[in-house]
Amino acid sequence: MKRFIFSILFVLISVAGAWAEDKAPTVLSNKEAIALVQTHADYVWTLIAAALVFFMQAGFAMVESGFTRAKNAINIMMKNLMDFSMGSIAFWAVGFGLMFGVSKTGWFGTSGFFLSDFSPGGDPWVLAFWMFQVVFAATAATIVSGAMAERTKFSGYLIYSVFISALIYPIFGSWAWGSLYNGGGWLENLGFIDFAGSTVVHSVGGWAALAGAIVLGPRIGKYTKDGKIKPILGHNMPLAALGVFILWLGWFGFNPGSTTAANKDIAMIFVNTNLAAAAGCVLAMFTSWVKFGKPEVGMSLNGALAGLVAITSPCATVTPASAIAIGAIAGVIVVLAVLFFDKIRIDDPVGAISVHGVCGAWGTFSAGIFNIGGTSLKIIGVQALGIATCFLWVFPTAYLLFKVIDVTIGLRVSPEEELEGLDFAEHGGNAYPDFEISHSSGGMGSVAPGLAKEAVVGKMVSKPVEQT
Amino acid sequence: MKKIEAIIKPFKLDEVKDALNKIGVNGMTINEVKGFGRQRGHKEIYRGAEYQVDFVPKVQIDVVVDSALADQVVEAISKSANTGKIGDGKIFVFPVSEAVRIRTGETGESAI
Repeated sequence: MKRFIFSILFVLISVAGAWAEDKAPTVLSNKEAIALVQTHADYVWTLIAAALVFFMQAGFAMVESGFTRAKNAINIMMKNLMDFSMGSIAFWAVGFGLMFGVSKTGWFGTSGFFLSDFSPGGDPWVLAFWMFQVVFAATAATIVSGAMAERTKFSGYLIYSVFISALIYPIFGSWAWGSLYNGGGWLENLGFIDFAGSTVVHSVGGWAALAGAIVLGPRIGKYTKDGKIKPILGHNMPLAALGVFILWLGWFGFNPGSTTAANKDIAMIFVNTNLAAAAGCVLAMFTSWVKFGKPEVGMSLNGALAGLVAITSPCATVTPASAIAIGAIAGVIVVLAVLFFDKIRIDDPVGAISVHGVCGAWGTFSAGIFNIGGTSLKIIGVQALGIATCFLWVFPTAYLLFKVIDVTIGLRVSPEEELEGLDFAEHGGNAYPDFEISHSSGGMGSVAPGLAKEAVVGKMVSKPVEQT
Repeated sequence: MKKIEAIIKPFKLDEVKDALNKIGVNGMTINEVKGFGRQRGHKEIYRGAEYQVDFVPKVQIDVVVDSALADQVVEAISKSANTGKIGDGKIFVFPVSEAVRIRTGETGESAI
């Protein structure tokens, strides 16, 4: 009996103590608290995904550098640094507003410029959403860098970076994704499916890349007068492969992150993303094996990316088995597309047009065919409409942009600059100075760097430098 | 003094170096070179486009020895660099008119 009284007293005192600090939880306040936890989870997932997608910039840089020559490596790095950096500012100032601002017409937004939707102390969701969207815009912008590699004037590329992030990308984006924030687009109102952007991001980049490659013309020596295609070898295949692995990883933010919410949907999107990439890689490898007699690394790498690009649109609305089919078909398509563009003498050093333009279109189309809720002519028709309008908006505007740049400041470097290498011509630099036999600044070139420094300074080199 | 210049397959370098060390040759200079003889080159493929690679990577070994040692050096290199397959390489022998050790200024055979 005494113990019973004491335990009752104990409970009453502790409850009273709790009451003294907090209001008692009610059903309503519990509901709000649970919703707040979910909101916090949404923020965390969206921003982690944004960081993963940001890291795809490194992937693009490595792929482009690996597939091109050493004498242009610095230029590739600069273009990738700048299309992200300048693109970020342009998207903050203008692009985000055009894409997600209030849209009376359904064709472009008119509010939210300079991130005006955010005021200090206000709801920061717009910041998380903007962060997620800016890395998507930057992905579209950097696709073009690969197709225009090794012969583009840096200043011309900077101007392009601003215009694609400020105008070309966001306006089409507003048609398909505007309602994700304050806007609304005519295309999405028709039921257009593009969950993470096979068309909005990748085809936009791919068709702009096509325009750029056409206006530029092929690299010197790529195509001969008698119609032969002369390969210009990439200088670092491991770097290219590293880039593809980084892109694959980043895509786990690209696709599942497009839920911008922490929920169970991300599981199937993750699986679809991975299966499509794997299927694309395998089928591209087999296609190259059959066509060329040996499984080729460049095509296999492109195949993985093709699968990833293709699944980006349907990733939330198809079964994993369908994802394999979608990726596999993309793997075959990309090999054929690379060969096709070479045949019609459009020089694309990394296959960007084939991977992002062509397979972005296939992926968007497949979202209609493999739609998990069933397909119909209307569904497929809307997909085709989206694919077509993307091309009709992006290709002419990008072509015009590049043509204007070309006739004003010039889009292509001179033949001498192209042959010498853009690293020196455009940036006064050398990406791999230690790999030269003679070094004009007085260094020791291919001698071990430690040895070189000692020798130049005049110290006695008493112990051997470890060198493989 | 004679200079023996040998062009060999790159993966044979360690074997040739050991064979030369065994007969008393302690110094040599090597160079990474490219070349072809009757081997010609081979076809490679890059992103679906075929191209001919004429110049094959080789290693050039330069050794300067007493004239009396020259024949042994040629034989040692011949045996150790041989695979029996096309592209094994060639050896050339040149007369050397002078040699100098930079550190001490010695000339002639004591410089080798």
